[in-house]
Amino acid sequence: MAVMQRLPWGLLALAAAGLLPFVGSRFYLYLGTDIAIMALFAVSLNLLLGYTGLVSFGQAAYFGIGAYACALLMMQASVPFILSLLAGGLLAGAAALLFGYFCIRLTQIYFAMLTLAFAQIVWAAAFKWNSLTGGDTGLTGVPFPAFLDSPARFYYFTLGVVGISLAFLRRVVGSPFGRMLMTIRENPERAEFIGVHVRWYELAAFVLAGFFSGVAGGLFGIFNHSVFPDFSYWTKSAEVLIMTILGGMYTFFGPAVGAGILLFLNMLVTSYTEYWPLVLGVILAALLFLFPGGVLGFLEAHLLRRGHREPRGT
Amino acid sequence: MVLEVREVRKVFDGFLAVDGVNVTVAGGDICAIIGPNGAGKTTLFNCITGHLVPDGGVIRFKGHDITGWPAHEICRQGVARSFQRINIFPRLTVFENVQAAVLSHRRRGRDLFTPVERLYREETLALLEQVGLAGEAEAVGGTLSYGYQKQLELGIALASRPDLLLLDEPTAGMSGQETRMTIALIERIARERRLTLLFTEHDMDVVFSIAQRITVMHQGRIIAEGSPDEVRIDSEVRRVYLGKAK
Repeated sequence: MAVMQRLPWGLLALAAAGLLPFVGSRFYLYLGTDIAIMALFAVSLNLLLGYTGLVSFGQAAYFGIGAYACALLMMQASVPFILSLLAGGLLAGAAALLFGYFCIRLTQIYFAMLTLAFAQIVWAAAFKWNSLTGGDTGLTGVPFPAFLDSPARFYYFTLGVVGISLAFLRRVVGSPFGRMLMTIRENPERAEFIGVHVRWYELAAFVLAGFFSGVAGGLFGIFNHSVFPDFSYWTKSAEVLIMTILGGMYTFFGPAVGAGILLFLNMLVTSYTEYWPLVLGVILAALLFLFPGGVLGFLEAHLLRRGHREPRGT
Repeated sequence: MVLEVREVRKVFDGFLAVDGVNVTVAGGDICAIIGPNGAGKTTLFNCITGHLVPDGGVIRFKGHDITGWPAHEICRQGVARSFQRINIFPRLTVFENVQAAVLSHRRRGRDLFTPVERLYREETLALLEQVGLAGEAEAVGGTLSYGYQKQLELGIALASRPDLLLLDEPTAGMSGQETRMTIALIERIARERRLTLLFTEHDMDVVFSIAQRITVMHQGRIIAEGSPDEVRIDSEVRRVYLGKAK
């Protein structure tokens, strides 16, 4: 059991993912890229949901801002892709700072509603601001960076960005900062009285989550060759919430696993039946019912010993 | 004076929960606030620790005016508290509960990169030892027995190395046996660490056995203040409070 626990699961998953271009068709490469991007989006949301106890129902705002910013910088200002991607993340982080400043003043359901309201504002802006965003038709023909002109290359690039981002986030949740976030999730009143400035930490987590959601959005816009207002629509926020809860919000990789399951199922079901929303809904309901705590949360609790994560080998 | 409370008032929807209260606590003292339910003890505590902002009056801690400061700032000045209802981090382990308080006290919270497991292990384990939880370090906080959770609360409070410790009914809900053990523990720690202690309690035996000063509250006001002997013979205290209890 201890061996299971010590295996570097993240690296193993990354290595396995790296083999995909050799074994899978082009179709699976697209699916793999899609999953990797959404995994980053879901893990970034989980910094709020699972680690800080903040239910953001508007995470798509930052996904959309990252996507538009990255695509627009490339199309209209000819900024190189990597810089545009970074700028997309930074802009999304800045928006998270602004919106988060207001959101963290509310708690629980009111917090969730305000995050949703801000996301709908972003969506409405993208929908109406024709001259910048192309409105309803969105931004189409987003250029593919020359050095990433094959699906395999773009896939590897995505894996790299997602891998680095997840490694960073993993480090953060295992740091004293991450532990402070957990005290807020567990008991904000008590956290205050061990000297934790609760709002500061909530805002910091909000900005970090916004940044990585923005990076995910930037990647997705390029991958998709186009950016639409729907990137920020509430259904997108709900989708990433479902991924997170499905995979397990109290595990680091749970949301990534949830992203994989949801997208894979989505692909499978849509190819068999036109009633896919119904079938998918039933499957999701069954999974949530069978795996309380999420799929990975369930596996961890039953295969790996849980509650013994603290000091090892002393 | 470590703590000085001057003419503090707190009103809830026209109801005077705390009505011009004065309390002073000298360094190293063990002081109790007693009074029937609804006397305003917890409200007064919440004003001192920044959970509530008083509607009037001044609170000074070690000479600084801390009236209306946010709770986390007051904690950082050296005030710690435990709560009447269990107030821990239920899904973290006992070790993590106390370590979090140490990390916060040591201003390490904004460190985003150091692996947290190795930080302040000795200090945390020593604190667990002190509150009698050394054997429970890996247990999940919320699964502990009631008495252990109360001890854990004390451990969390002590982790910030306070000068002033406020305990809100530290033995609430405990059996006679648990109460005696807890009180002995608190007394020993207070002495070892030269803590100034201010606590509320409804168990009169506990109060009269360890408190050096007792303040009696009734309907938001202070009706008596003094040594245990002085309070015991105070006629008004006997009328509104002790008389009823006996």
